[in-house]
Amino acid sequence: MNLQPETLRRIDEVIPHYPQKRSAALPLLHLVQEDQGHISQEAIAWIAAKLEVAPISIYELVTFYPMFRQKPIGRRHIKVCRTLSCALLGGYKTCGEFERQFGTHAGETSPDGAVTVEFVECLASCGTAPVIMIDEVLHEKVDIARARELSAQIKAEDRK
Amino acid sequence: MPEQHRLIFRHIDEPGYTPDLACYLRHGGYEVLRKAVQRPPAELIDEVKKSGLRGRGGAGFPCGVKWTLVDRKSGKPIYLVVNADESEPGTFKDRYIMHQDPHQMIEGIMISCWANNVKQAYIYIRGEFPEGARILERAIAEARQANFCGPNVLGTAYGCEIYVHRGAGAYICGEETGLIESLEGKRPYPRIKPPYFPAVLGLYQCPTIVNNVETLCHVKHIVDMGGDAYARIGTPNNTGTRILCVSGHVQRPGYYEFEVGRVTLGQLLHEVCGGPLPGRAFKAVIPGGSSAKVLRFGERFKGKRKVGAEMVEYDWGLEDVPMDFDSLAMIGSMGGSGGVIVMDDSVSMVEALGNINAFYSHESCGQCTPCREGSLWMKRITTRMVHGQARPQDGELLKSVADQIAGRTICAFGEACAWPTQSFVAKFGDEFKEYAKLKSDGKQPAQPLI
Repeated sequence: MNLQPETLRRIDEVIPHYPQKRSAALPLLHLVQEDQGHISQEAIAWIAAKLEVAPISIYELVTFYPMFRQKPIGRRHIKVCRTLSCALLGGYKTCGEFERQFGTHAGETSPDGAVTVEFVECLASCGTAPVIMIDEVLHEKVDIARARELSAQIKAEDRK
Repeated sequence: MPEQHRLIFRHIDEPGYTPDLACYLRHGGYEVLRKAVQRPPAELIDEVKKSGLRGRGGAGFPCGVKWTLVDRKSGKPIYLVVNADESEPGTFKDRYIMHQDPHQMIEGIMISCWANNVKQAYIYIRGEFPEGARILERAIAEARQANFCGPNVLGTAYGCEIYVHRGAGAYICGEETGLIESLEGKRPYPRIKPPYFPAVLGLYQCPTIVNNVETLCHVKHIVDMGGDAYARIGTPNNTGTRILCVSGHVQRPGYYEFEVGRVTLGQLLHEVCGGPLPGRAFKAVIPGGSSAKVLRFGERFKGKRKVGAEMVEYDWGLEDVPMDFDSLAMIGSMGGSGGVIVMDDSVSMVEALGNINAFYSHESCGQCTPCREGSLWMKRITTRMVHGQARPQDGELLKSVADQIAGRTICAFGEACAWPTQSFVAKFGDEFKEYAKLKSDGKQPAQPLI
């Protein structure tokens, strides 16, 4: 495992927050995913050894929690909220626009590797629907026009 | 227009109000904690009991009672877990507290920890709030530096650490025992009660208090003004203020804080939120997060209810219903998490239910067969109705599946996924019968929902 020194430092900092090491499983998965982009089999074995649990105890988390992924994603990650309040105000159209803009389907990465578009469940910002997240940033009231603007921005940044 | 009473959201969206400690201190921050640690913990629990505060996360369970149930004789440490998972669709209040006023929350946590002799608290924040988690970590570090938490709180011998723990996108982590499992580093499979009542056998099999973010913020104000004074806000048995999150088809969606029971659904939607979108009429509303039973505009509710010591008859149209725990329960739904989702006459109820069913089948943890299979069947039926062939008897079929889930699962998710189907079919049965015809007539809804 080739983790950044900062990631290793944060891993060692977080484990003592809990009386039982296993509790640090989700924090470690987040840190490793931020560092590596996804959770590989090697990462699962590494985290398991670090927390002194069987690899299955980590693997079963990766397969359960929607935010963990076993494959690399695009350079940017677009998550469009699918749930009711967003859908009532056009969430499906917003997702469709991102799919069109990047020539991909929800759940997949665009052929050029620029983005992964995901249709996710509630992002808890229902009052400003439809909402999306681009990487870690929330964008509110993303109708088709706004989706086009944001897509253009992503494309421009990607060319740099 | 009914006036808001902003207690928890007093500084939300206030120009110049920032989430740092200096700003919080300029606004009188941590003064309540300073006084609280000079008082015996039992006295503070009493204040919370007197206040009548009911949990703001969904179940509306009295907070003081929850605290009293904690096993204090086991000799094991007592944990406080803050439920910041905010996962019920339609709910978006804790987001603003954590992003804009994190120290209010930390002060509430620390007062609650002192009152319950808690020395370690965890904030379980949903994975989708990465910025919120960073803000909280920064705020905790500032508070620790200034001795508002950490060892020797405010110069006393009492110490308490707060840690932020991020979830990873699973709705079931909002269920308190599932949350505890998740915090232990496991899949969030809810535990069976009894014996696993968190107050007795919670985190690491130790007594544990799980409270919602907003609930803990209320504790700060209760201890500040006294339980009796707090109980005079709101209405009997529905005390204090609560934040209502309105989303969907209204002119002004958003968050509004009112004294509990002092605003009716009609006032909220017509006056506060500006009514329906142009050219539209309200059709249905889910008053307490997506698992609450749907209500139909035009419905009337009659019965008797207790007001003070007297039984009083009521005859309400939907718009007359006060937005409090008891009234919403009385008309067959619930106040839940305060998430009000509004649907106008452009919406097909079959498709709205299809959207909700897709959510619950995605989020079922898979532990109990009725829920794992049933939520998927309900989703498949509604999806087929929308994208394939709809049959007049599908409403009945949906109901029969839902009826076999509720009451047959380890946790309340069974009810959460069954109630939408049961209520949509009960209230809009004709629409389910006629859906095939509506579809063949080519009446396309304004927005695809599934």
